Amino acid sequence: MSLAPRSGEPALALKEIGCTFGAYRAVESTTLLVADGEFVSVVGPTGCGKSTLLNVAAGLLAPTTGAVEVFGSPLVGLNRMAGYLFQADALFPWRTALSNVMAGLQFLGIHDTEARRRAWEWLERVGLGGHGDKYPHQLSGGMRKRTALAQTLIMDPKILLMDEPFSALDIQTRQLMENELLELWSADRKSVVFITHDIEEAISLSDRVVVLSAGPATRPIGEFKVDLPRPRDVAEIRLTQRFLELHNDIWHAMRDEVLKAYANARALAEART
Amino acid sequence: MSGGTATSTTATAAARRSLLSRMTLYHLLLFFALLLAWHFLVQLTILPAFFFGEPIKVFAQIWRWFAGGTIYGHLGVTLLETLLAFFIGLVIGVAGGLWLGLSRNAAFLLDPYIKALNAMPRVILGPIFVVWFGLGILSKVMLGVTLVFCIVFFNVFQGVREVSPNILANARMLGASNRQLLRSVYLPSATSWVFSSLHTSVGMAFVGAVIGEYLGSVKGVGYLILQAESVFDINSVFAGIIVLTLFALVLDACVGAIEKRLMVWRPVAQ
Repeated sequence: MSLAPRSGEPALALKEIGCTFGAYRAVESTTLLVADGEFVSVVGPTGCGKSTLLNVAAGLLAPTTGAVEVFGSPLVGLNRMAGYLFQADALFPWRTALSNVMAGLQFLGIHDTEARRRAWEWLERVGLGGHGDKYPHQLSGGMRKRTALAQTLIMDPKILLMDEPFSALDIQTRQLMENELLELWSADRKSVVFITHDIEEAISLSDRVVVLSAGPATRPIGEFKVDLPRPRDVAEIRLTQRFLELHNDIWHAMRDEVLKAYANARALAEART
Repeated sequence: MSGGTATSTTATAAARRSLLSRMTLYHLLLFFALLLAWHFLVQLTILPAFFFGEPIKVFAQIWRWFAGGTIYGHLGVTLLETLLAFFIGLVIGVAGGLWLGLSRNAAFLLDPYIKALNAMPRVILGPIFVVWFGLGILSKVMLGVTLVFCIVFFNVFQGVREVSPNILANARMLGASNRQLLRSVYLPSATSWVFSSLHTSVGMAFVGAVIGEYLGSVKGVGYLILQAESVFDINSVFAGIIVLTLFALVLDACVGAIEKRLMVWRPVAQ
């Protein structure tokens, strides 16, 4: 980690992003700035285009309108400064945990012995020291997430994009993973965009929570600064007064949108029958 | 059956073993019962021996082939044809499947031909191959290659198209170039599909070899059967069929062993 003063440029700038799929407007004029070292959560009702926004930030999807800037320069093609943690399992099922973590380094052309040494270090760091030779199907859901985390973090991305990474885990494993994520993040303060539909998860992890409206034509409708002290324990911080206030505020902002999304989904289901 | 859990006690393992040995006993009993039925049906002239052969003479024939050593050369030729057909068909099938799976334009252009190739009874190419490639080993190999190619090709084609978009996106975000995507994502993914069809494709290579021999040849187990048939030696025809069946079973067991070694990453089917 360099000790040079942080530049004024945001690490990631989504400017007036619009995404249209055919006749469907998924995202409309959305602007999202993430400062260097900032942890931003994006919450919104299901199906509101949160993942679309993240794919735009990753460069996996070109926006219909608007521009993406990474540390001040316009994004062309894939975002090479970013690591992406997917919602679904994205590990290579034919590789062992160790080999999965090595993959990115191998793509860079780093020698296998060196890649293997560094992959071991990362497996140890995410608590999977003894599980390197297991295949993904032999690991539990939490262990697969840890492997995926190591696979992404070994590349030392400046920006971390996370798409509901812990949504498939049970609540205890989830809180463990959240704490571990915070610990890893505090070591070198990457910029994080964390997508979730869980307000509690958003507050306990982030510096800032952005609330999106229900689709179609999703856009930000609220922004909340989380002024809780760090380091945090995600389980304990949920019991503090300030957390409850924030939760209340964000839920108020989100409630109408959740109801709208629910009504949309129901109308769609009724139209089909 | 999931098996292998820590809770499985030695008692259940022993019970399973005894069940297994009992099943083997039943298998053998059924086999000998069928042989006996065959024997007596022919002996009592309920079935004409001219059409159905006699089990004792059939096994005597098999014994003569193996003891006299005449069968080994024929088996060797059939095995060589099968292996050549399998490996050539495999390589062309994987290459073609990858190419058409990755190139939408090529797949679109060749689509009617692929459909036709899939629909046609490909064994019918046998007579043409005999004309083109002669009575030697080449016509049999080519017939086998055609059969194997189709199975492997369609599996790889499907495999490439159904690579998880998540895994692809993940590999790209980790910095994989197009070449690396091919090597690290498409190829392993296609391989798993090839393996799921391995038993069928080896079987098809074998079918190609034997049918090819039967259509016209100078060596091989199919040739033995053809020879016996032309002099109405029905016992030798049955003997040939039994040898071929045993041979196919051994081949299938070998494939099973190789598959088990190479596919360790696959979850055991529930």
